[in-house]
Amino acid sequence: MTTLDSSKEIQKNNSEVNETHEDFRMFGLITFLIADGMTFAGFFAAYLTYKAVNPLPDGAIYELELPIPTLNTILLLVSSATFHKAGKALLKDKNSDSQKWLLFTAFLGIIFLICQLFEYFHLPFGLTDNLFASTFYALTGFHGLHVTLGTLMILIIAWQSRINGGRLTSQNIFPLEAVELYWHFVDGIWVILFIILYLL
Amino acid sequence: MTISIDPQKTNNENLQPKGWLRYFSFSLDHKVIGIQYLVCGFLFYLIGGTLASAIRIELASPMSDFMPRDVYNQVLTLHGTIMIFLWIVPVVNGAFGNYLIPFYVGARDMAFPRLNAVAFWLIPPSGLMLVASYFVEGAAQAGWTAYPPLSITTPQSGQIIWILSVLLLGGSSIFGGINFIATIIKLRRPGLKLMQLPMYCWAMLGTSLLVVLSTPVLAGTLILLSFDIIAKTGFFNPVLGGNVVVYQHLFWFYSHPAVYIMVLPAFGLVSEILPVHARKPLFGYTTMVFSIMGIVVLGLVVWAHHMFTSGTPPWMRLFFTIATAFIAVPTGIKFFNWVATLWGGKISINSAMLFSCGFIINFVFGGITGVALAQVPFDIHVHDTYFVVAHFHYIVYGGTVFIIFSSIYHWFPKVTGKMLNDKLGILHFIITFIGFNLCFAPQHWLGLNGMPRRVAEYDPQFQFVNQISSLGALLMAISTIPFLINVFLSVRNGKDAGDNPWNALTPEWLTSSPPPVENWEGEAPLVEEPYGYGKEISEQK
Repeated sequence: MTTLDSSKEIQKNNSEVNETHEDFRMFGLITFLIADGMTFAGFFAAYLTYKAVNPLPDGAIYELELPIPTLNTILLLVSSATFHKAGKALLKDKNSDSQKWLLFTAFLGIIFLICQLFEYFHLPFGLTDNLFASTFYALTGFHGLHVTLGTLMILIIAWQSRINGGRLTSQNIFPLEAVELYWHFVDGIWVILFIILYLL
Repeated sequence: MTISIDPQKTNNENLQPKGWLRYFSFSLDHKVIGIQYLVCGFLFYLIGGTLASAIRIELASPMSDFMPRDVYNQVLTLHGTIMIFLWIVPVVNGAFGNYLIPFYVGARDMAFPRLNAVAFWLIPPSGLMLVASYFVEGAAQAGWTAYPPLSITTPQSGQIIWILSVLLLGGSSIFGGINFIATIIKLRRPGLKLMQLPMYCWAMLGTSLLVVLSTPVLAGTLILLSFDIIAKTGFFNPVLGGNVVVYQHLFWFYSHPAVYIMVLPAFGLVSEILPVHARKPLFGYTTMVFSIMGIVVLGLVVWAHHMFTSGTPPWMRLFFTIATAFIAVPTGIKFFNWVATLWGGKISINSAMLFSCGFIINFVFGGITGVALAQVPFDIHVHDTYFVVAHFHYIVYGGTVFIIFSSIYHWFPKVTGKMLNDKLGILHFIITFIGFNLCFAPQHWLGLNGMPRRVAEYDPQFQFVNQISSLGALLMAISTIPFLINVFLSVRNGKDAGDNPWNALTPEWLTSSPPPVENWEGEAPLVEEPYGYGKEISEQK
C-alpha cells in the first residue's frame, strides 16, 4: 500500500527518480507479534508466580481433564500444517486447492473453539471461584480471542483467494503469509499454554 | 473535524486539505503527523499543568481547604496520567520521532504511513476519555500507578474509563514503536550505515524496543485489573486469595522502562542540539550508541527498585540495587560526553542551547538522587515521600520537558520557516529554570523530613517550604505565557529563517523550510558525517 502511494507521488514530483523499497510489512508483523507475545509472557509470569506463592484455599478444585486440551493441541498443530499446504498451493497457482486448504484450516479453528467452549461448560469451577480458576479462564480466554480473530482472518483470505475476482494470487501472497505467521504464533502460544497450564 | 480521505484519491491534490486544515485530517505525511502529536500533546500539557497548579494551591496550606481530599486524589491521578501518557510520551516519541526520523534515515516517509496516522488518531479520543473520566461519578483516584487494592476498592466507573484510555494510549504507543523500528532498520537510504545515523535515531531505536517489549505487559496487567473491577475476580485482591505484589511487578515491568521511554528520546534530541550550537562534533559517538543500548538492556531488569517496601525478599533487593546502580554508568558516560561536546566549543547562547544546558544541570541532579534512591536503606527511609516526587520531576520535567522546549526552539525554523524570538525565548528559559528549581528542589528536603506524597494535608511545620514550592509552580505556570506569545507572534510575522539558520549538518536542514511533501525535491542526500563540524570549517579555509 505504502509503496503504491509514495511511488506515484515521487513520479509526479520528479520524473527521473523512481524509487522503490523492499516490502517490510512482514518485518512489521513480526515486531507486532513479539509485542503480542510479551502480553502472554506477562500472563504466564503472573500465573507461575501465583502458583509459586499463593496457595489455594482448602478444597479448591484445580485438577484439569486432559483429553479435550490434548485433542485441541493436535487440532491446532494439524491446522498449522494445512495452512502451510494452502500457501504452497497458492504459490503453484492452484487457487482452488489453496482455498480448500484454507477452509479446512478455518474449520479446524472452529472445532478448536467449540471444544474450548465445551470444556468451559463442563469445568467444575467458574471464573471467580478461586485464583487458579480466574487465571485459567483469563489465559485460555485471551488465547481463544486470538484463535477467533485468526479464524475470521482465515475466512477472509479464503474468500479473497476465490478464482474469479479474488485479490489473493501467487503474485500477491502477502495477506496469506501474514495470517499464516499469525496462526503459527497463536499455535506456539497454545503449546506453551498447554504445557504450563495443563501439564505442569 | 476529521476529514477522511479515500486512499485511492490521496494523490489527487485537489482533495487534500490545504494549509492548517490538513492538521485536522487523516494525513499520511509524517511531518503533518509529527505536528499533530506536538500540538495535541501541548494542549494536554496545558490541562495537566492546570491540574498541577491546583495541587500546588492546595498544598500551600496544611489543611485541605482548597478542595476535598478525594478530589485532591482525583486531581493528582489525572495530572500524572495526562502528563505521562498524553504529553511526555507522545511528544518526545511521536512528535519529534515522526518529524525527524524519516529525514535522518533519508526516507520520504515512515515505513507504515497509515499505521502512523492510526497511532496518532488514537490519542485525541482516548485523551478526551481520560479527561471525561474525571467528570463521571467516582473518578479514578488511585494515582497514575493504579495500585490495587486501592484501585479496586475506590469508586469504579472512573477507574474503568481510565483503564480503557490507558489501554488505547498503550496501543498507540506500540504502533508507533513498530513503525520506528521498521523505519530505522529497514528504510535507511542505500549507502547509509547504522553507525552514521544521527544519535536521535539510536535513541528512538532503543526507545521503540522498550515500547514493544514492555508496553504489552502493561496492557495485560490492566486487562487483569479490569477483570478484578468488573467481574470481581481476585487476581490482585487479597480478600479473594489474590496477590497485590504481582500487580506491582507487572506494572513496573512496563513503568520503569517507561521512564526510559520518556527520557531516552530526550538524550537523543540533546545530542542533536548541542553539536549544532557548540559548532563541535558530538563527543564519543560510539560510546553514546553503546550506552543507549546498555540502558535499554539494563532498563528492563531494574523494575523492582520501585518495590523495596513491598515485602521484597533480600536477594531481590540486592539484585535490583546493583542493577540500578549499574545504569548510572551508561548514563554517566552520556552526561560526560555532552559536557565534552560543549568543552572548548564556539557556543552560541540562544534559547535552544540554554534549555539544553538547563537539561544537563537538572538531569545530573535527578540522576544523583536516582542512584541514592536505588540504595535500599535510603529508599526505605524516603519511600513514598516528596523526595521521590522531586527526583521524578527532576528527570521528567527538568530533563525531558526542558528538551522538548529546547527542540521546539531548535526545529521551529525548519517546521514553519520562521525564527522564534530569541529574547522571549531566553525570558522563557530564565523563568522556567528558576521556577522549576524553586518548585522541586525544596521537595527533596520535605521528603527527607518525612512529608508523604499523594496526601492533601500535611504537618504544619512544612508549610513555609511548601509555599516556596508553590511559588515555584506559579513561576512555571507564568513561564508558559512568553512561550505562547512567542509562538503566535513568530508564526504570524517572525523573521524569515531560510533553509538552514543554524548552519547545521544533519539531513533535515538540507531541504527547504518548511520541507516539501516528500521531503526532498530530488534524491535524498547521503549524510555520512552528521556531526562533522570542525571539518567543515577547515575545508572551507
